[in-house]
Amino acid sequence: MDAVLLSRIQFGLAAGFHFIFPPLTLGLTLIIVIFESMFYKTNEELYKSISSFFIKILALIFALGVATGIVLEFSFGTNWAEYSRMVGDIFGAPLAAEGIFAFFLESVFLGVLLFGRKKVSRGFYLFAVIMVFLGGHLSALWILIANSWMQTPAGFVMEGGRAVMSDFFAAIFNPSTFVRFFHVVVAAWITGTLFTAGISAWYLLKDRHVAQSKKVIKVSMAIFISMAILQFVSGHIHSVQVTQLQPEKMAAFEALWETTEGAPMSVIGIPIADEQKTYYEIKIPKFLSLLAYFDPNAEVKGLNAFPRDEWPPVMLPYFSYHIMIGLGTLFALMAIISGVLMARRKLESTRWFLWALVLAIPLPHLANEFGWIAAEVGRQPWAVYRVLKTSAAASIVVPAGQILFTLIMFFAIFTLLLVLFIFILLKLIEKGPQTGDEAGY
Amino acid sequence: METIEILQNAWFFIIGFLFIGYAVLDGFDLGIAVLMPALAKKNSERQQVMDAIWPFWDGNEVWLITAGASLFAAFPHTYATVFSGFYLALMLVLFALIFRAVSMEFWYYDEKRKHIWSWAFVVGSLVPSILYGVALGNLLVGIPIDASMNYGGTFFTLLRPYPLVIGILGLAAILLQGATYAAHKTDGVVQERAQKLVHRILALYAIALVLSFIVTVIYLPQTLSLFPVWIAAIVTVGALSGVYMWSKNGFDRKAFMSSSLSFIGLWGIVGTTLYPNLARSTVNEAFNLTIYNSSSTQITLTAMSIIALIGMPIVILYSFYVYRIFKGKVSIKQ
Repeated sequence: MDAVLLSRIQFGLAAGFHFIFPPLTLGLTLIIVIFESMFYKTNEELYKSISSFFIKILALIFALGVATGIVLEFSFGTNWAEYSRMVGDIFGAPLAAEGIFAFFLESVFLGVLLFGRKKVSRGFYLFAVIMVFLGGHLSALWILIANSWMQTPAGFVMEGGRAVMSDFFAAIFNPSTFVRFFHVVVAAWITGTLFTAGISAWYLLKDRHVAQSKKVIKVSMAIFISMAILQFVSGHIHSVQVTQLQPEKMAAFEALWETTEGAPMSVIGIPIADEQKTYYEIKIPKFLSLLAYFDPNAEVKGLNAFPRDEWPPVMLPYFSYHIMIGLGTLFALMAIISGVLMARRKLESTRWFLWALVLAIPLPHLANEFGWIAAEVGRQPWAVYRVLKTSAAASIVVPAGQILFTLIMFFAIFTLLLVLFIFILLKLIEKGPQTGDEAGY
Repeated sequence: METIEILQNAWFFIIGFLFIGYAVLDGFDLGIAVLMPALAKKNSERQQVMDAIWPFWDGNEVWLITAGASLFAAFPHTYATVFSGFYLALMLVLFALIFRAVSMEFWYYDEKRKHIWSWAFVVGSLVPSILYGVALGNLLVGIPIDASMNYGGTFFTLLRPYPLVIGILGLAAILLQGATYAAHKTDGVVQERAQKLVHRILALYAIALVLSFIVTVIYLPQTLSLFPVWIAAIVTVGALSGVYMWSKNGFDRKAFMSSSLSFIGLWGIVGTTLYPNLARSTVNEAFNLTIYNSSSTQITLTAMSIIALIGMPIVILYSFYVYRIFKGKVSIKQ
């Protein structure tokens, strides 16, 4: 098999598996910050038991995030050595900055969260909680800076085939950095709040830990409602930006073959790239032009405006993008329903909706993964958009057989970790929040 | 010296500093994990051993992540050549680190498979503890790097006598960090076992040092004429004498500090032997990867320097503070 393809599968597997954990961490630390602050203000045991319960779960998620995250950093050197040579002058810096400015902060203060409850003042403990929250979000910022530079590279010049930095701030604040960060953080908060809301809904259905669950579900759903609606704004801004800066990616998302004035938005269909045709398509006329340019007759570039060998694959980004938007729409619908229920003070007693919340726990993860697939597969055939092709980015010296071996190993290890993660997570949920002296481990 | 050369030299030291930080800090939690079977016989004792490192190990591993990313940012060609060249070895390290990272959580919660996770913890720590030294030994003695900066060897090229001996030396240093840390940080029967282990590991360390000297005479004789290498060697041996003296008289904290100093001595030997190279080529000296021919540009190194100069002092400050929160011995939980 082809070494480049194997390396792509391996990196995709590792990044996709890793990406289960960080969004959950971000959303969960937000909830922990809120309840720890409430505990600090009121000194009520109830809030402490909530915070401590989620900190235990955070420890598990964080361990898996660390274990899988280090694989990604190493992969740039092991599997993508040519990439490291060609763009290391720019790409390495945000990774190093992530360690120095973010990951240290998160990891060191996480130790305080797990074991320091009785050793530090309530004020310092709250400070540590905020540092973990901040560290996680800064970490996301630096990683998304690196990722955004691959999508919309800036602040560099080409020298002897290498991209070298010409302007540090232009590189890190490249055109898609903030839009992407906004979009991903909102997604992470949706993920985290549906997670905590789903767990609380389960307890309410089983009539356990009712006092805690009523508090958690209210706070979680309040954030969820605003984030699910805000995600439409951020998703819209992000799409507009993709249309302008990576037009062939948007063309693939929408299976828009020809450059069109008054381009329709594709709702569903089966796009076949080789035939340049979308089967069973349902579209909304002129809607894509309207969304992208606020003008129903604006011209949107189609795939045919680009050389065939620079097209991204069409089917996978198309479906990923549409599933992501479908799930986003579902979240907005859930937000509206829960808003109505909350206004009528019936959220905690509406059993069918509590069940829906429990079942919805995995859905944001699917939305995250599909959004990520759309963004990264839609960037192909480039590793760095219009700078470096993926096929030229892989290591030259690593034999395909070795990559196949490590790919199988990663697959086996990640499967095992996922099973154990769910098993222990369920165990922790079964045990539930503890009152009294059970803080930390 | 031109500005770029000053920056390249500065990053040689900064990356050295980050790796020393990693060795000293993760050294003790890797070491104590490898020694777990000798230190703890019961689950309550295993819990005690894990409690001694639990608040710290995450933060300690970030030193590796930051050192690796800094190598990537400052010397991308070295990062690319070495990481792709050492593919299988590094993947073994990754597999091990994955299991090590999750094994503590799983050990704690997965009652039925506690023995499996306790072994995952041991083996997951042992594998990197050996392979780090082997990798460094390869950089010291040289690897087949060709004119286009690519590695021309195989996995087995990495297992030559010189790197294997350095692998044993690295393992001994990590075990000593672990044992002196356990003696300093625990009490009761685990502490007694740790104190006894310190002396046996010192013997292993001494043997590894002698072996390293012998293979250096054989494979890298030019090193022996470098004056700074001798200073670093004296620091190492002096620090080890300190470990011996202090641990014999029950000054466990000082013994641990002295063991940490021996690590700094070892890295001093590595750094003075390599400089200004980062990886030697056995094909042709002209193909050596140096701090000059494998570095990033001046703009990147400048930006990185500012990041490191602002960030690292803050990191060290709060890490120090958090370590102080958890000062004192860890006992068996009732």
